[in-house]
Amino acid sequence: MLRYLVYRVVYAIPILLGVALVCFALVHISPGDPLISVLPADASVELQQRLLVIYGFDRSYPEQFILWLGRALSGDLGTSIASGRPVATEVFRAVGNTLLLAAVATVIGFFLGCLFGFVAGYFSNSWVDKAASTLAVLGVSVPHYWLGMVLVIIFSAQLGWLPATGAGPGGSGQWKWDWVHFQFLILPAVTMSVIPMGIVARTVRALVADILAQDFVTGLRAKGLGDLGVFFHVVKNAAPTALAVMGLQLGYLLGGSILIETVFSWPGTGMLLNTAIFQRDLPLLQGTILVLALFFVFLNLLVDVVQTALDPRIQRS
Amino acid sequence: MADPYLRLDQLEVTFTGGRSPVRAVNGVDLTVDSGETVALIGESGSGKSVTLRAILRLNPEKKTRIGGKVTVGGRDVMGLGNKALAQFRGGEVAMIFQEPLLALDPVYTLGDQITEAIRRHEPISKADARKRALSLFERVRIPSPERRLDTYPHEMSGGMRQRAMIALALACNPKVLLADEPTTALDATVQIQILLLLRELQREFGLSIIFVTHDLGAAVEVADRIAVMYAGRIVEEGSARDIIHTPRHPYTIGLLKSRAHGAMTKGRRLDAIAGSPPDLADLPKGCAFAARCTLATDPCRQTQPELIQTETGTRARCLRTDQTLTRPGELVGA
Repeated sequence: MLRYLVYRVVYAIPILLGVALVCFALVHISPGDPLISVLPADASVELQQRLLVIYGFDRSYPEQFILWLGRALSGDLGTSIASGRPVATEVFRAVGNTLLLAAVATVIGFFLGCLFGFVAGYFSNSWVDKAASTLAVLGVSVPHYWLGMVLVIIFSAQLGWLPATGAGPGGSGQWKWDWVHFQFLILPAVTMSVIPMGIVARTVRALVADILAQDFVTGLRAKGLGDLGVFFHVVKNAAPTALAVMGLQLGYLLGGSILIETVFSWPGTGMLLNTAIFQRDLPLLQGTILVLALFFVFLNLLVDVVQTALDPRIQRS
Repeated sequence: MADPYLRLDQLEVTFTGGRSPVRAVNGVDLTVDSGETVALIGESGSGKSVTLRAILRLNPEKKTRIGGKVTVGGRDVMGLGNKALAQFRGGEVAMIFQEPLLALDPVYTLGDQITEAIRRHEPISKADARKRALSLFERVRIPSPERRLDTYPHEMSGGMRQRAMIALALACNPKVLLADEPTTALDATVQIQILLLLRELQREFGLSIIFVTHDLGAAVEVADRIAVMYAGRIVEEGSARDIIHTPRHPYTIGLLKSRAHGAMTKGRRLDAIAGSPPDLADLPKGCAFAARCTLATDPCRQTQPELIQTETGTRARCLRTDQTLTRPGELVGA
């Protein structure tokens, strides 16, 4: 197991390098001048040149990449062009907010997804199954920014129960664990949980129905196991695949949703990306994408390891 | 004489899940004494596995209608409550399956699956249950049993898996073993080993065995008695010897003729039974085999034949047994 772990971690290094390269390239091949937002419209050529040198945009791309990568490895992601603050600070504050939102959405989505999935799988083709499956399909197909707006209209505008936007009273953005702040979390978290809920529900339903139709379930009953005993076996058999799907979903959630965070003005990575793109803030954009990509790599690694620990059929080589 | 240990009275199993009800088993009477081995043979869809599963009530309850009576050890199986049924399954009657790779849970070690079964039936510690699992593995002659307890089903060969499955079935000292084509998925040399093992264990534990197969050779190897099933009914029944040497039902005779035994002469056609089994959702009024039978007459198609005692020892469900006497050695090469 330890050897497998080391192997997987070493294996992740070239992936990380590739990710860094793609991040860098993506930002640089996109059209537009990064300095346009900071330069006054009537800026002189000399000023333009000086800024280019300050930000390092005058060097060749490979040079820029190596410099950027070297600094990134030491934790310095550069300085935001728009705000002048270190990118790392900006990104990590946003990451904190996104994690909070993602964690709550994950708990809601996975719990409901597993619940619906198990019920539908156990009673497959009954009306319970059809109701749960319909809900799951709706969850996957409803555009979530639309759902977010509808929820805002109902619960904020009409009923006035919950705040519509922001992460705290007065747009402070400083999170505290109390009811006043938590209220701001409810609508975006619920909106965000709908997609993983639907996907997890459909996956778990298919898994459970498939497992229950297998011979070994008859075998388990034949040796005297009751419904609860069989249930544990079903859970353990469904777990590896379900976890893989959940890990991927968790990755998406942690990446933050540009649309949802924008609809609810939630100060997370999604909104940061949105801002960075519109302001052509290259260092901020690069840094944010890199941090998000690292999240994905790390999560995939984690899921792989957990999956291997759970399913003996996956080769540990 | 004491009552037989296991008794099926007019067992009927109908699957109601589909558009029209499928009558998989239509009135099976069968008795098995303590320590006796009975083989149920027939082609796919003849109802033999369904009969076996009905004894443990393993057919999906919502989609199955069961009629008739199943009595094991003096108890009515259909009347057992949930708790008694769980105790009965595995504790009194255990089952082994055709393909152990599919019938064992792939993500639990074999040792865990056996100890789970033991602890389900008896209040003993994990360590003691494991000791018993180890001795069971030794008993079914799995090499390096200690290590094998911690392996998963996919890490073993087919023969070893079937041995492990037998060990699992015997874990709670059942009185009856239901074997659902236990050798079909194995290759020929391993088949013989498993059959010999079953016979040995049967003697040692005094097990009653119902052995379902479509392989007459395997049936003869292990069974005291053979019952031949066709379209959910037992069409002929008798001692293994009598069934092989002097069968009287045209279907049994056809089965025996269609075996490629010994050295077949080159160029000789294999005698196969023409036609295919009837649709179980739409059974004919008379004898179900009549449509494929060369001896069938109008009465055969009109009435359901009763099981009658023939003078050569077997009991056959046929009206034309006067026409079915075969010469000694005609069917089974001397």
